[in-house]
Amino acid sequence: MGVFDELIGQREVVAVLETAVLAAQSSIAGTGGAGMTHAWLFTGPPGSGRSVAARAFAAALQCADGGCGLCHECHTSMTGAHADVEIVAPAGLSYGVAETRDLVNRAALAPTRGRWQVTIVEDADRFTEQALNALLKSIEEPPPRGVFLLCAPSTEDLLPTVRSRCRHVTLRIPPYADVAAHLEGEGADGAVAAFAARAAQGHVGRARRLARDAEAQQRRREVLELPTQVATVGGCFMAAANLVDAAKEEAARIIESADSAETSALRESLGDIGGRGRAKPRGMSAALSDLERRQKSRATRTQRDALDRALTDLAAFYRDVLVLQLGSDVVLVHGDLERTVQRLANTSSPESTLRRIEAVLGCREAVDANVAPLLAVEAMALALHQG
Amino acid sequence: MPRVTLVVGDEELLVARAVQRAVQAALAGGGPDVAVHDVMAAELDHIDLAELTSPSLFAEARVVVVRGAQDAGKDLVTAMTTLATDGDPDVSLVVVHPGGAKGKAVVEALRGAGAKVVEAAKIKSTRDREQFVVDEVREAGGSIDRDAAADLVASIGTDLRELSTACVQLVADIGPRITTDHVAAYYRGRAESTGFAVADRAVEGDVAAALETLRWAFATGVDPVLVSAALASNLRTIALVGAAGRGSPDTLAGPLGMPPWKVRRAQGWLKRWKPDALADAVRAVADADAGIKGAGDDAAFAAESAVITVAGCAAR
Repeated sequence: MGVFDELIGQREVVAVLETAVLAAQSSIAGTGGAGMTHAWLFTGPPGSGRSVAARAFAAALQCADGGCGLCHECHTSMTGAHADVEIVAPAGLSYGVAETRDLVNRAALAPTRGRWQVTIVEDADRFTEQALNALLKSIEEPPPRGVFLLCAPSTEDLLPTVRSRCRHVTLRIPPYADVAAHLEGEGADGAVAAFAARAAQGHVGRARRLARDAEAQQRRREVLELPTQVATVGGCFMAAANLVDAAKEEAARIIESADSAETSALRESLGDIGGRGRAKPRGMSAALSDLERRQKSRATRTQRDALDRALTDLAAFYRDVLVLQLGSDVVLVHGDLERTVQRLANTSSPESTLRRIEAVLGCREAVDANVAPLLAVEAMALALHQG
Repeated sequence: MPRVTLVVGDEELLVARAVQRAVQAALAGGGPDVAVHDVMAAELDHIDLAELTSPSLFAEARVVVVRGAQDAGKDLVTAMTTLATDGDPDVSLVVVHPGGAKGKAVVEALRGAGAKVVEAAKIKSTRDREQFVVDEVREAGGSIDRDAAADLVASIGTDLRELSTACVQLVADIGPRITTDHVAAYYRGRAESTGFAVADRAVEGDVAAALETLRWAFATGVDPVLVSAALASNLRTIALVGAAGRGSPDTLAGPLGMPPWKVRRAQGWLKRWKPDALADAVRAVADADAGIKGAGDDAAFAAESAVITVAGCAAR
């Protein structure tokens, strides 16, 4: 049992990180220490465990036993509560330069527990160009015990200047079998674990949700009904409306509780205890509207993410259709829907399936480019209808 | 005592006029050799001000325009106040303050020192805009009734410069009495040029009318985003009403979640639309929306080509 157990199907990466941890230990002990690097860049597809890898590495650096997974240091590092591990997770659409400057200042502090001052940046791709430039200086000339762990989908998401100063760790899509075995280890039923690992296409977090959460399964089934609903033009519009509404609802459920908790926490910290006749604290409305702006940005992103997951499922569905049409010998992602997939495979041509996959991917790009989500999905549904 | 004018407000046109009037007055009274200095308060200290206002060998009268008075330092405020109460009478001082709480001390000090105060507050309500039109026409030597003024404001929008120009033009062309008919003759079609109006003409298949409305809409400052949104909304309504089948607008309105007039209108459009054409039109609008939001070079062009495609699909 160690902190790296959480990292599924990434044996090569774990080996690299463990070597670095040993080097880091000898560096603290003052006996050499070649092999440790102060800036790391974790890349890999969503769900492959970039941030898990970064957190586990942070824990292993803070732990006297190199990541036992049991001690206080390991535990607090993994949950983000460790005093010397700062986890930055940009919640909004982007992360700006002012916030980054603060971050750089904090990263330069000496570690309170005497080991390493670790800064983990999840989604470094959401940093603006100026923000990355603000970070560059400390990555280039790091404080003595500072370690930066950046996570991004690919190296292309970062400026070349930042990229070239980091040691790269590339995570792969974890094999379905590994994901399924891990879910089983967490207590999921064998068949459910296998189904979830496949349907999530190697995205560990999503597989876990699918295995545990009946609502997530239900939602996935609803999304995958869309290909049968686009038989008529009118149906396309209704299916599109359903898909977008469902994404909205899902996003609302995720952020609703966070929003109200943040707002009341801010009111409290500003000293607004309410009651009649009490003056509002100075500067409160400005702080509140700033918070609202950030919450709105997060809501937009959460909604886009929810929609993007649905579109990914949909793209995989047409991929399955193409698999059957071409008679390829690979596993279907949506194996439980084989009859629907087969029916569509029999009644359409591979060419039109390819066009449909293009339409789904085009829709993802359009949503990303800020096209009104409903309009983008409608256009996609109509493209699916036309074949 | 010098002439001191204090312009308070941030309505750009009014501020510019007030400043110009004050400067003109100084020029008229000061003979041919007048030096005009136009400076920002933030870049000025009391020593600079003393230099600008001190007597020179040749230029008898001097005009100093201090803009952005909210950024004035303490010394500068004191210097200006002193200048206002007992300065050289050949000096004219024009101080521009945007209003609001910042640097309120300047306004109060100068007001107390007997400065002539000109209000140039932002014109916010439609009523005030109408009043502005009435005043402008009177200024130009004509008269306009309230209804005509309201029509003109509705046609032109919020830009005061444009409103002012329109007033001058109407008086020059028509003469002293301006009525609603005159305004309509000059600005017909403009007030109704919203994104919705463009989209309505487009789904009716009338390319010429749709493009004309679109140009008017751009001229009144309608954002292209609203055009693609309205097009998408109209096409969506057509599809949903079409899918609902036959029925009276009143019975369909409930299940569709739309007001009956909207259903009735869509049923009228439905005759022109075939399912395939509808699909092509929506896809074109989605492409245009991406173009408008930054994927293309020219938002207006993207909106225009979407309008043409949609109108073309309607006629098909």
